[in-house]
Amino acid sequence: MSTSPAPTADTAQLTGAQVIVKALQEQGVELIFGYPGGAVLPLYDALFQQDKIRHILVRHEQAAVHAAEGYARSTGKVGVVLVTSGPGATNTVTGLTDALMDSVPIVCLTGQVPTHMIGNDAFQEADTVGITRPCTKHNYLVKRAEDLARIIHEAFYVARSGRPGPVVVDLPKNIQMAKAPYVGPSAVPPRGYHPRREPDPARVEEAIELLARAQRPIFYVGGGVINAGPAACVLLTELVRATGAPITLTLMGLGAYPASDPQFIGMLGMHGTYEANMAMYECDLMLAIGARFDDRVTGRLDGFSPRSKKVHVDIDPSSINKNVVVDVPIVGDAELTLVAMLDAWRRRANQVSRERLEPWWRQIKAWQEVDSLRFRQNGQAIKPQTAIKRLWEATRDRDVYVTTDVGQHQMWAAQHFKFDKPMRWLTSGGLGTMGYGFPAAIGVQLAHPKATVLCISGDASFVMNMQEMSTAMQYRLPVKTFILNNSYMGMVRQWQDFFHGSRHAESYMDALPDFVKLAEAFGAVGLRASTIDELDPVIEAALKADKPVLVDVVVERMENVYPMIPGGAAHNEIKLSPEDDGPHEAISEEGMVLV
Amino acid sequence: MKASEEERRHTIVVLVDNEPGVLARVIGLFSGRGYNIDSLTVAEIDKVRGLSRINIVTTGTPYVIEQIKALLAKLVPVHKVQDLTVEGPAVERELALVKVTGDRERLVQALRIADFMHARLVDSRPDSLIFEATGTSDELDAFISLVEPIEVSRAGVVAIARGPKVLTSDRA
Ligand SMILES: Cc1ncc(C[n+]2csc(CCOP(=O)(O)OP(=O)(O)O)c2C)c(N)n1
Ligand SMILES: [Mg+2]
Repeated sequence: MSTSPAPTADTAQLTGAQVIVKALQEQGVELIFGYPGGAVLPLYDALFQQDKIRHILVRHEQAAVHAAEGYARSTGKVGVVLVTSGPGATNTVTGLTDALMDSVPIVCLTGQVPTHMIGNDAFQEADTVGITRPCTKHNYLVKRAEDLARIIHEAFYVARSGRPGPVVVDLPKNIQMAKAPYVGPSAVPPRGYHPRREPDPARVEEAIELLARAQRPIFYVGGGVINAGPAACVLLTELVRATGAPITLTLMGLGAYPASDPQFIGMLGMHGTYEANMAMYECDLMLAIGARFDDRVTGRLDGFSPRSKKVHVDIDPSSINKNVVVDVPIVGDAELTLVAMLDAWRRRANQVSRERLEPWWRQIKAWQEVDSLRFRQNGQAIKPQTAIKRLWEATRDRDVYVTTDVGQHQMWAAQHFKFDKPMRWLTSGGLGTMGYGFPAAIGVQLAHPKATVLCISGDASFVMNMQEMSTAMQYRLPVKTFILNNSYMGMVRQWQDFFHGSRHAESYMDALPDFVKLAEAFGAVGLRASTIDELDPVIEAALKADKPVLVDVVVERMENVYPMIPGGAAHNEIKLSPEDDGPHEAISEEGMVLV
Repeated sequence: MKASEEERRHTIVVLVDNEPGVLARVIGLFSGRGYNIDSLTVAEIDKVRGLSRINIVTTGTPYVIEQIKALLAKLVPVHKVQDLTVEGPAVERELALVKVTGDRERLVQALRIADFMHARLVDSRPDSLIFEATGTSDELDAFISLVEPIEVSRAGVVAIARGPKVLTSDRA
């Protein structure tokens, strides 16, 4: 190698790897979740030689994406992932799909074999852009070093703008090693991609006019409002309070509006409250904001809210009229739309009488008296609902974040843990990914080192990413995981009981590990509560620990989640708990095919 | 059947950045959601700005068509989407190369039909002929069914709005 003259500011040529690191730094990246391998060694070398960005070594690349999701959803920033080619890249696919479904901004950097070997079935080669095309918002294969800086900046822009989502940048090893020019984010001409943010003012007026006249209005709000930011949630709260209307939130929307507020009537959907689902069915005006009429929410489409006018606010035009045809579609950012709606409302407020909503609230109160989330804690066996309730009560005055896995425990957590603030509740809604909760909690704890971070998990789900206990130990992250251990894939067992003649095909979790010993093997704290008397002391001990804690909460095995709208049923066909509800009649054939 | 459930053929034109993967994203959008592609053509139309134009013919209910257009518009490399069936009127053309083989009598017959239907002879051998036909898809269908060819190669539909209206990128 010839000795080159001392580089000056403008002639200095960085390597591709250095360009990537510089671009990440200028994008404000603090943390990268990753796992090394041959195809990303130059990038790891460049990371090693700087100290602005901290790398968190996970134990499986799927967990890197979930941890980045936890970081992103609890901060509103873009989460960053770095993995090697081939198996490193393919291991991210579940995480990327999860982020796509739940609109989480992620930039995932993947190593790739050198450009001249692409297509040769080289060692650890995979067609990463091909494989990830359907599970990313956009992806790039960088073929020229001079495109590198621009593409990295553009990836961040695409990931966070409009409806957020995951973006993959595939980086051949020779590009990481080549000399490459650097350009800053401001020098990158913004790509033409500019999703519409400003709502159509005429449509906003129309929506508010309908709201002012409605007798039975309801706000139906989803995670889009949380994605729009805390300011959007404040505006939402102002608008809902100003109008006096009830509000229901989706699984993804919990926290967008304070759960302790009397106008909040609970989560809706398959395991939502009776009052929320009945109100959706009976309303005359539905104001959907940042929610996407998911099948878990709507139930049978031809029985969905049959008599209402529907307003739908969404940043993504393809979400509108996808499942449900609406009367007033509004494409726009939730924050800007809520500003316009509040303004339009205030201009009318003195002409609107709140009394007109009294019969509607009387009806809702009557539905609330059904007390659809009730359960009976009798005897020493811990009801899973009790465990959630106690956990919520024990952490009420803390700065608390909750992640979950997927199954019954997830639904009980959604029903019984109350969130007054946004970005505190992180669950895999769209994809329903078992194994999400624990790595997501790791990402949250890294972003909020002083906060109390709880992972509410199931015995089957936790095992899917339990290797991350090693990550939690390495970075001394005091994540508190509570396994609601029913020795079953409880949600699967529930469906088998309801719809498949109680034949428990493969849903019993035989040969589970001793979770206390498992925790101890990693050097973490392992605790167990098997009786109701043990529950509070164990929660207290877990909250006190300053390192990772795994709590095995042995709960009643056969408890089911209620209320429930079975597949293929409408909101008013909601089933309440078994005491009111005889044996489950067979559901419709169309219902059976639904998942 | 309600009007909103009736399936209709739509010609949709899309202006995209000519970059690797863009066609795969467009096709994936259709195949991943079970939508039909009846015809698809793509070619670069602006070398300086690196823009390609994709012409898609698809069939669906009004809501499916709306969904397809919204999904196309949201792809990062897509500059503009135009539905010529809705925003029409438009000129639509297709090109086909049509090979006919057989005895003299059959070939003479084919030549007569071609002449009458304005197809051009582009290859002539003692026992085979190749015609180049352009026209609407219906016209090509008619020509092909009349000459009973042994082999057909069709280019797919290209389309453009009538009058001075142009499809241009909104992007700077
Ligand atoms: C990766 C993955 N595989 C399979 C499923 C299907 N599934 C949904 S819930 C569930 C059982 C979860 O069991 P557990 O974690 O013990 O939670 P519980 O329902 O018992 O609370 C399964 C297998 C899934 N959601 N994700
Ligand atoms: Mg379980």
